[in-house]
Amino acid sequence: MPKRSDIKKVMVLGSGPIVIGQAAEFDYSGTQGCKALKEEGCRVILLNSNPATVMTDIAFSDRTYIEPMNKFVAAEIIMKERPDAVLPTLGGQTALNLLMELHKMGILEEYNVKIIGARPESIELAENRQKFHDAMLDIGLDLPKSCLATSVAEAVHLAGTLNFPVIIRPSYTLGGTGGGISYNIEEFQENARRGIDASPIGQILLEESVLGWKEIELEVMRDCADNAIVICGIENLDPMGVHTGDSITVAPIQTLADAEYQALRQDSLAVVRAVGVDTGGCNIQFALDPKSGRRVVIEMNPRVSRSSALASKATGFPIARVAAKLALGYTLDELKNDITGTSACFEPTLDYCVVKVPRFNFEKFSGAQPLLGLQMHSVGETMALGGNFREALQKALRGLETGIAGLEEKTQKSAVPVLAVSPASRLAELKQLLHYPGPERVLQLYEALKLGLTPEEAHGITGIDPWFLLQIQSVITSEKELAEDFTPEIRKALDQPEEDKPLRAGMSGTAARLRHFKAQGFSDARIAGIVSGDGGAEIKEAHIRRLRETLDVHPVFRTVDTCAGEFAARTPYFYSTYDGVAPDALHTEHTAQTGRIGQSREATDKKLPRKVVILGGGPNRIGQGLEFDYCCVQACFALSELGIKTIMINSNPETVSTDYDTADTLYFEPVTCEDVLAVCRAEQPDGVIVQFGGQTPLNIAEELEKAGVPILGTKPAHIALAEDREEFGCLVKKLGIPQPASGMAGDEEAACRIARTIGYPVMVRPSFVLGGRSMRIIHCEQELRSWVGGRESGLCLDSSSPILVDKFLEEAVEIDVDAVVDRENLTIAAIMEHIEQAGIHSGDSGCSIPTHTLSRDILATIREYTHKLGLGLCTIGLLNVQMAIAQGKVYVIEANPRASRTVPFVSKATGRNVAGLAAKVMAGFSLPEIDFTAEPALRYHALKEAVIPFDRFPGAEIALGPEMRSTGEVMGIDRSFGLAFLKSQAGAGMPIPYRGNVILTVTDQDKEPLVPLAGRLSALGFTLYATPGTKAVLDSQGINSNLVVKIGPQRPHLLDFMRNGQASMIVNTVSGAASAHDAMRIRAEALSRRITLLTTLSAVRAAVEGLESRQSASRLVAPLQDYYAGIAEGTRPC
Amino acid sequence: MLVNSAGSALFPPALLMLDDGVCFEGQAVGACTETTGEAVFTTGMCGYQETLTDPSYYGQIVVFTAAHIGNYGATPKDDEAPAPQRQKFGAAGAVFHDLFTLAEHAPFPHWRAGNSLNAELAKAGITGICNIDTRALTLHLRTHGSRNGIISALDLDRASLLRRARALPSMAGLDLAQKVSCRQMYAFEPKAGDTLPGGAKKPGQKIFNVAVLDYGAKRSIMLHLLRHNLQPTVWPAETPAEDILATRPNGVMLTNGPGDPAPCAYAIAATRKLLGKLPLFGICLGHQLLGLAAGGKTTKLHFGHHGMNHPVKDLDSGRVLITSQNHGFCVDPDTLPPNARATHWNLNDNTLEGLALTDAPAFSVQFHPEAAPGTWDAYGLFGKFRQLIEDF
Repeated sequence: MPKRSDIKKVMVLGSGPIVIGQAAEFDYSGTQGCKALKEEGCRVILLNSNPATVMTDIAFSDRTYIEPMNKFVAAEIIMKERPDAVLPTLGGQTALNLLMELHKMGILEEYNVKIIGARPESIELAENRQKFHDAMLDIGLDLPKSCLATSVAEAVHLAGTLNFPVIIRPSYTLGGTGGGISYNIEEFQENARRGIDASPIGQILLEESVLGWKEIELEVMRDCADNAIVICGIENLDPMGVHTGDSITVAPIQTLADAEYQALRQDSLAVVRAVGVDTGGCNIQFALDPKSGRRVVIEMNPRVSRSSALASKATGFPIARVAAKLALGYTLDELKNDITGTSACFEPTLDYCVVKVPRFNFEKFSGAQPLLGLQMHSVGETMALGGNFREALQKALRGLETGIAGLEEKTQKSAVPVLAVSPASRLAELKQLLHYPGPERVLQLYEALKLGLTPEEAHGITGIDPWFLLQIQSVITSEKELAEDFTPEIRKALDQPEEDKPLRAGMSGTAARLRHFKAQGFSDARIAGIVSGDGGAEIKEAHIRRLRETLDVHPVFRTVDTCAGEFAARTPYFYSTYDGVAPDALHTEHTAQTGRIGQSREATDKKLPRKVVILGGGPNRIGQGLEFDYCCVQACFALSELGIKTIMINSNPETVSTDYDTADTLYFEPVTCEDVLAVCRAEQPDGVIVQFGGQTPLNIAEELEKAGVPILGTKPAHIALAEDREEFGCLVKKLGIPQPASGMAGDEEAACRIARTIGYPVMVRPSFVLGGRSMRIIHCEQELRSWVGGRESGLCLDSSSPILVDKFLEEAVEIDVDAVVDRENLTIAAIMEHIEQAGIHSGDSGCSIPTHTLSRDILATIREYTHKLGLGLCTIGLLNVQMAIAQGKVYVIEANPRASRTVPFVSKATGRNVAGLAAKVMAGFSLPEIDFTAEPALRYHALKEAVIPFDRFPGAEIALGPEMRSTGEVMGIDRSFGLAFLKSQAGAGMPIPYRGNVILTVTDQDKEPLVPLAGRLSALGFTLYATPGTKAVLDSQGINSNLVVKIGPQRPHLLDFMRNGQASMIVNTVSGAASAHDAMRIRAEALSRRITLLTTLSAVRAAVEGLESRQSASRLVAPLQDYYAGIAEGTRPC
Repeated sequence: MLVNSAGSALFPPALLMLDDGVCFEGQAVGACTETTGEAVFTTGMCGYQETLTDPSYYGQIVVFTAAHIGNYGATPKDDEAPAPQRQKFGAAGAVFHDLFTLAEHAPFPHWRAGNSLNAELAKAGITGICNIDTRALTLHLRTHGSRNGIISALDLDRASLLRRARALPSMAGLDLAQKVSCRQMYAFEPKAGDTLPGGAKKPGQKIFNVAVLDYGAKRSIMLHLLRHNLQPTVWPAETPAEDILATRPNGVMLTNGPGDPAPCAYAIAATRKLLGKLPLFGICLGHQLLGLAAGGKTTKLHFGHHGMNHPVKDLDSGRVLITSQNHGFCVDPDTLPPNARATHWNLNDNTLEGLALTDAPAFSVQFHPEAAPGTWDAYGLFGKFRQLIEDF
């Protein structure tokens, strides 16, 4: 069937901010989709509130709306743009939910907008648990026994018909939000209540437990001619009971016989047909009883999903791209598999093994239990391809960047020494731990098996298929061989003088054995650790690397070709393995190619690098997410423009950077020194870029440089200098830039002494942590002493890990500056003013471009300091500076000569591709040569707001602080600051209400400044409620308010008021520890009831301004293209 | 006690030598002796039990491209060789990358398995080789075509192996069907525990008798026939058409089988005589025989089609079927007479995948609708055969 001729203009719905369960994979699918649509000549209109995405780059759509993803905004866009069709299947659950709302509004029908990709009836059928259940029974498929409830009482009654444990799944939620397993009636009631609250329609499904069954997912594609194919089967190593997003998963399926697999395949096609997914991709999840072979359908997503991204990367089949084309009316057999040139209507087959391991951040949420269940908790993932499962698993584990080099005892790497325990008691402890799946289960399993747990026992406890257990067992066997048998041989080889060639020549046996161990996935670091275990001289990773080089033991590179070698492939997508003897010819050909220099005379004259490696950021985690991938991708595009051959190394399957057509060559590899050096050895690049992928590449930059790899841009030594507090302090002093007073303390007394000298409040943190971990603002000595002594600081006080004590600037405004530096010139891309006061991690704080309260003089000072720092740090490329302004004085907090989290936001706000410009500078261009010499001046306002997953971590402390906890961000853009603020809040899912009751409860110092704002809120039509102290001040200024009792014995108090649904917004500011406890309860309540909460007066001011602007002018919904061109309504010069 | 030995210590060293001198070092598994055959690669990721027991692989050494084989052990329930077959395994040998093995007598940890694949191969006297870079081998076979080779754990002298590999006869021109066919006619009966593919028989449906010409028939073909109430009677490959017609069956099934169809003159002659007299359904080698009987010609493919993911377009429905395939020869569509119509095409390489005669109730497909291993996309063809019988 040819392409539909009635679709010329397509509206694509993105997935909004990154949250747990809906992450960068939708940027990947959305970007692929937009590209495919443009390739087909469609005009693409995009709605996505997330500025950190690649897809919202104006190159990927014709009209790019970074606006809140709600039905009103979407409707306005539809009225304005008149698209022929809307494509909701690439933007995750957010897009599907939005589509359903638009559908119910009737706007799609009214404006004759066709829905492509999935029909509303299909979405409804797949998402409504009861309808789905009935539909499955209709086609003869089995499901776990289940029933629906809409109240706790009803649920308790129904639970009587099922046996415990019972599973609760709320309807219409993301990543299993609000779901849980209950083993008793008490837990059940609790989970039922949470589930009903979490479901937007207040409905939960109670389900027979299939805990311990095998969990299998199939990725299916279907076209409008009813051709349906399975792209990939994915087997979860963790059986049912752990959310698939939190499970270690493996492709292809390893433990099913053909009869079982084909039955699942047949079922999955039947499900797709019954649900009626006409065009596109979807995934179906099954559980399989390992004892009887009984199989049940768990759920299906009628859209591209996280697993689709994984399946695409695992197989090389571009699911999202094909889905977009199918939505336009093509059939699968009309499309080509770009890699092989054969038909896209086929099922990929793999001749390697793929393992995905999730990355968790439980430590960021103190108080939350690190247990895995039905609700997803992981914040990122890493994937590895290997010649066998053992190699892939160990590659994935080292790619996780949690300090392990493969399968090893986690305790070995712990900063805190663990008391020696007997193996028997450790084994007993591990057995206990294995009963409750946690984030480190596979390591515990490894340790337990090593201590003598039998695979049968392990299977009994965990339900993990014996095949996987035996593979881990086999790694342990190899490890023992390595330790006992091979270690002397390695030591002997290491002792040989390197120049002694004849002796080395006789070591082919050693080389073969080393290769064998490498093929089991042991990294150099791990081998060094095992060899050192014999008590002899310590062997380092570099020693093993050198040994490999002398013995010529190197990995071979293989092509991800979708067809297991059956057809000649043309793809630049490779992985390494030691489990093979011959490299693919395609790889050999590929590495011989270099960039196409000479496109312009200028480029030739400059002697640009011909081949550049860009290091990605590895798995996403809080503090290092999509933003860095955006930077890497932009660097690829910018360098390609210059004719430079780009090579990407990354291990994150969710990203655009690991799409095989982003860089000229893709290596899907862990971003570790060993793996990067292996690629560099094969490719011989002229330079490696380390400053775009966040902390991950920076951690290995110096080691790479030492190994002879040329680093482009700012030298690693200068990047390190900026991180070193003492050296940086000296530099800043030399440049004459003020810094907040600070000191370093070796013990509690010293810390108190320093704090007394510089004055409270102080900001404290242990020196060995990054990303604001364990940072705290301390207001008095008692608090300081309890923090130092307490466990939450994670401190093990001795001189090797001192505490950093900084003066905390109260009432300060925090500033972020992003700039591009070419060694001699510096151009500021944007100065951002935080909405929250200093002390909240910059990643969790909202901020605005341009600044909105700073004077000309202050801005001049900021610019001056930025210039000095940029040149002082010998920066080439990106520079981020954080400053704070207190009492009219500008202080520098830190400077980092590398990509920052704000780069994509700055790029979207200003329309200048900051990361791309920086990449060109690193390649050798000067700022004037790339026409970036002036700081962009905006005639509109862009605000960024952070999104934080507190709802995923019940029990965790809900308060913003110096430790970053947000997973994603949104942008609000409008002609006025206030309106942009309202949009940013709406985009973040916490819209500012425009009527109702507001509770005001603020600290003493905020009471006076609150008065005028309260007056304006009242004038806007809000009814004010205030706690006694706040009310007294309001009364004294003649502002009417009602009394609400503080949390305490007297009822009803503030929380009751909230619980009764009487509050639509709360203003609550805190200082000191005293009010913090109440504040936490208020925050928790506000969060769970979705009541808008403002915690700073600057946010209140912004909200008031926004609400006032809203009365005088309507909100502007305009694409970035119009803002950039200065033609968005209201942004014209008056 | 479960012991895994993914390492190499347990198995004796072995070599795989191809007739062009390309040699791979590995470890012998199964019988650990020696075997010869044409090395072909299959890209299927599971279903090794079905593959290795498929008589169509007679005389061939099967190279599995999948990284891991043997994960779920030996599943004799999935055996494809019919019981009266002389040997359990069709394939002459096997090449594995990573073969999952257990210590002797360990219970196999999979609910369907009784034994490890290694033990099963040893019992049946089949020699394989593991820890081979199967991707490198596959790329070599893809580029240079399927070729003869030797796996040996007995003779590790490369020169001697190469000499013997070169002396092996080429597949082209070899009539292997008669080697794997049954010796005597028998009525097919299912084994205990067999499940009929695609669901239970339709109750009350009229039962027809089908003569199955066994060129190396897979059991699942018979099970499919049974499921449609077509009672299979299995005949040796060389049975003359007259003997078949004398038993007055309602239809004839030309089965799959190994090797080159061209030298099977007896089968081509029989097929020609049966044409028009009875409804005919050919699969794989059966399809090639029908093509030859109708007047077409067959050619040898460079490296054949072996796997479970081959897209085939059904010209009548316009739908694409993902099919299971295993053949080294194919019918040249340009040589088909006007009364033969192409019904299926391979979307990968545009080879002919199915034909039907316009003047006789006969059709055939190159792929394996019975799957086993493979997708169930083409199960419907057995229903079509029944319809043809009913309409005849």
